[in-house]
Formats: sequence, C-alpha cells, structure tokens
Amino acid sequence: MYVSPIREPLIKGNKDYSQVTRDIMAPMAGKPSKYWYMGMALAGAAALMGAWASYETVFNGIGTWGLNKTIGWAWDITNFVWWVGIGHAGTFISAILLLFRQKWRTSINRSAEAMTLIAIACAGFFPLIHMGRLLLGFFIFPYPNTRDLWVNFNSPLLWDVFAITTYFLVSLVFWYVGLIPDIGTVRDKAKNKIRKAIYGFLSFGWTGSARHWSRHETISLVLAGLAAPLVLSVHTIVSFDFATSVIPGWHTTIFPPYFVSGAIFSGFAMVLTLLIVARKALNLEDYITINHIESMNKIIILTGSIVGIAYLTEFFIAWYSGVEYEQYAFFNRAFGPYAWAYWIMMTCNVITPQLFWFKKIRTSLIATFIISIFVNIGMWFERFVIVVTSLHRDYLPSSWSMYKPTLVEVGLYIGTLGLFFTLFLLFIRVFPVIAIAEVKSVLKSSGEHQKHAHHE
Amino acid sequence: MSKFISAYYHDEEDLIKGVRQIRNQGIEPADVRTPFPVHGLDKAMGMKRSRLTRVAFAGGAIGGLIGFFFQAWVFTVAYPINFGGKPFFAVPSFMPVTFEMTVLFAAFSMVIAFFIHNKLGPGAKTIIYDEQVTDDRFQILIEADDLDEPEQQRIEKALKEAGAQGIQLTS
Repeated sequence: MYVSPIREPLIKGNKDYSQVTRDIMAPMAGKPSKYWYMGMALAGAAALMGAWASYETVFNGIGTWGLNKTIGWAWDITNFVWWVGIGHAGTFISAILLLFRQKWRTSINRSAEAMTLIAIACAGFFPLIHMGRLLLGFFIFPYPNTRDLWVNFNSPLLWDVFAITTYFLVSLVFWYVGLIPDIGTVRDKAKNKIRKAIYGFLSFGWTGSARHWSRHETISLVLAGLAAPLVLSVHTIVSFDFATSVIPGWHTTIFPPYFVSGAIFSGFAMVLTLLIVARKALNLEDYITINHIESMNKIIILTGSIVGIAYLTEFFIAWYSGVEYEQYAFFNRAFGPYAWAYWIMMTCNVITPQLFWFKKIRTSLIATFIISIFVNIGMWFERFVIVVTSLHRDYLPSSWSMYKPTLVEVGLYIGTLGLFFTLFLLFIRVFPVIAIAEVKSVLKSSGEHQKHAHHE
Repeated sequence: MSKFISAYYHDEEDLIKGVRQIRNQGIEPADVRTPFPVHGLDKAMGMKRSRLTRVAFAGGAIGGLIGFFFQAWVFTVAYPINFGGKPFFAVPSFMPVTFEMTVLFAAFSMVIAFFIHNKLGPGAKTIIYDEQVTDDRFQILIEADDLDEPEQQRIEKALKEAGAQGIQLTS
C-alpha cells in the first residue's frame, strides 16, 4: 500500500504568531538598506529614460517610432500585451488558488497582487501613449458628449478598455480588502504618532472583530469567485484584438486559451524572478520556502506545455487549413527574416521550462531564477512574433516591409520597467509584503501542531 | 457602551472552547477580537451566515443589465451604425462589456456594503481595547455597563474557569 509522505510545513522555523508579525514587518522598519537605494536609483534612471521617450512621443508624434505603412503595430502593443500577461499571476494566485484551497498561496499572494496592479498600470501606459494626444484619452470611455457620439461597442479595442479597467479596479479592491487587517497590525505596532495616524486612516478602523472577520472571509471568497473568470476574460479579450481581425496568423480561434495560459505562464515567471530576490533580501526564507518555488514551477510546466502545444497546433492548423496566406504566415515566422525572434521564443517558452520536470532543477533557486528570466524574455518575443511577423508580410508582396524599433520605443519599454521596479520597491517599504493574518491562519494547519510557549 | 469586561487567550482553540463555555452559562460576548479569521468561531458565537453575497448578486444583476441595455440602446436607438450590413442588435458582441460590468458592479457593491455594514471606512472611529489583538491575542469583550457587583463577579469567575487570561474591566 502506498503511504503518502507527511507534507513539509508551509512555514518553516516553528514560529508563533507574534514572531510572524515581527518577521514580516521587519523590512518596513528602520532605514532602507543600501541595496534598496541602489535598486531605486537604477529603477529611477530607467523611469527617467521613459520620461524622455514619452516627451519625444508626445511632442514630436508617433513618427518618432519605427512604424511604417505596413507595420502599424509593433513594440507598443507587444509591451502592452506582455505587461497585461504579467499582471495575470497575482489575481490567479489569490483568486483561483483560493477557490482550489491551495494554502501555500498565503505566502505569495500579497506581493503577486501588488505586482499585478503595477503591471496593469504599466500596460495601460502603452495604449495611452499610442493615442498621441494623451489629453484626449478619455474619448475611449462612453460618456455623453456634444458630438452625440458613442464608442463602438462592437470593437475588441473597446472591450479591452472595459476589461482592463474592470480588472484593475477589482484587483485593487481585492488587494486592499485583504490588506486592511494587516494595515491594522502595522497601525498597532507603530511607535510614532504620525505613522500611527496614517496607518490608522488607511486601516479603515479595523478592529479584528470576529463579526468583521466572518464577513471579510465571505467577501474574500466571493471576490475570488468574481475575479477568477475575470482573470480568464481579460486576456481572452486582449486576444480578440488579434483574433477578430483578418490578418493571417492572427485570425485563429485558438487565441483565447492560448493567450490566457501564456499570460499565467509569464506572470508566474515574473513572480518567481521578483520573489527569489525578495525572499533573500527581506529575510523571508522561512515564509517563501523551496516548496513554494517548486509549486510555482509546477504551474510553469503546466502552462508552458499548454503554450507549447498551442504553437504546434497553430502550425498544424495553418498547414491543414489549406489557406495559402495562413501557411505562408507560419512558414515566414519560422524561416523568414524574423526567424531569430521565433526561435528565441520557441527555446525560451517551450524547451527551457521543460527542464522543471527534474526535481533537482525545480528546487534549485539559481536554476529557477535563470529559467524565469528566460520565460520573461520568451513571452516578450512571443508577442513580438505574433504582432510583427504577421504584419510585415501580408497579402500584397509589394507592401511587404521590415520593422526596426527606434530608441524612443526602447526608451518607453525601459521606462515602464523602471516604473514597475520603482513602485514595487516602494510597496516593500510601505505595506507588509506577505499577508500576515493569512499566514497566521495557516500556521497550525501547516503540519507543526504547536502550542504557544507563553508563560505569564 | 462604555465599560467592558475584557479577557484574552493565546490560542484560537482555547478561545473557541472558552466562548462556547461562557455562552452555555448564558453570558453573551459583545465582541470577540482576533488577529486572523478563526474557523469555527462564527459557529461558537452563534453568528448567522452573512447576506453580503446577496448584495453581490443584486449589484451584479444591475451592472449586467445596465451594460447590456445601454449597448443595445446605443446601437439601435441613439446612434445606429451600419457595419457592413451586420445586425444593429448584435447580442454576441455585447457580451464582453456586459460581463465586465456585471463583475465590476458585483464586486464594488459587495465591498461597499461590507464597509457600511461593519461601520468601517477611511477615518472610521473605532476603539481598540488591546493593541496586541492584531498581533497574537484573542480577546473577548463583555458589556459591563448595567452589571451589578455579583453579576460582574460571576462573569469574571466564568471567564477564569473558561481558561481566559488577563481578566479586567476596561472602559
């Protein structure tokens, strides 16, 4: 008979509740370390480059980008989809893993959700900057105006507006509702009056009443139930931007599931990249253990394999469809002038994650870190391949063209990376990076049945 | 509501046992405060299931209806546009926005109802009797405004027997 092994505890180090509070709040206390300042300086410099690129774009126009008549969409939408994809892990972890009762999520959901919000903000920047006239950005929302004109509700680009806005707002609410009890903890531990007042305000007067907790549990569960289909809908709708068009290579029904799994794949990769550094820098190795990393790596294998199968299916269907243009689009992807991008994508997304089948590799921090970077790169190239290779050679050979990014476009991308890391570094200092109350609630069920050693 | 008998525990299982025990003796805690959600405590305290889910349902239904009928109105009455002869009343293409509006309204109505119901919000004036509650203490609060001396002693004794620590009168 097979006897299942006893699971390792979710939280290591035999901690009591008070220890958990102290450990998780430690990174917020005192002066930031010199690594924090170094990270901030680097991220700030990158954000400055983004500011310069935005200035160029706004004052001189989209002409500063490498777009042309044939290729009207390139880096900008690639970055947009990449960031939206990264923004999928946080809500996936806190909503779908909550519904599946995966208790290990409690150590990573807070930071992953913060990452989601920041990534969505970075994503939203790209459509805005592409509008050229930023001040008129509100035209995308349906509002009664003097032109008697409404937005086009049949357009996937408008669906995007609704999907991304809803996703951002619901994720924000979900994150903040979960944060309130922990802000209460920060308030009660604050020594300084101003700090106490600020966190007191932000804590919405949280008292820890059992009645509030009971309702808090109820709304968390319902929010998870609402956010779960929302996560799946957002990238589905993003994929409609392509799938509802008539461009060979875009016009496929496989796009929604393929995009969603790709999004979760890249989101988890970014969570791993960040958390492997953060757990070390913030001394949270007892909370984010190798088991957590391994669990996330398993999700990476699953979603990575789905993405791999999607690539192969696309190829097969292109051949099987018998449509000349579709066949050429895929042949051109793999062997045309952008083949290098295609093979970077294939290597990073299909081959490297398969290494996680080896337990040694998926429990190794360094290997995981390297592969997570590979996945981030691979998923960026996936979007680049889909967007650019499909556009640059379409029906009319006379209008075939090539695309090269300009420094301004690169600057915009680097700028959002800078913004992302700046905001994440600020988040680390301002809020507890791990959900304190949630970790406490899984402390006992995590295997060590401990009684508290209080002697008073 | 000014005076309370407060007592605390260090462990949630002891707390649940304690709450059950004092309630069996007819003592109703005004509030129990814990650092994290304790499963089983709601049952021990005899709490009813929250009805916030109904608010979410109602909010979602309203959001979905607004989303759907607004689009239908725009494309059939207010500003019908002919897109290559496709139908004006194009139900499938209204679905994404309808879905997003349903989720948005459901989530926001429920969360707003949660804050109003609990009287929580930015700048809400609540009283924290023990700052350790958000750290590692499980506190029971029993109203003591209208209690006479013997009744108060009975409650304190019951709490002590129920394993509570740090029993005291707070105001």
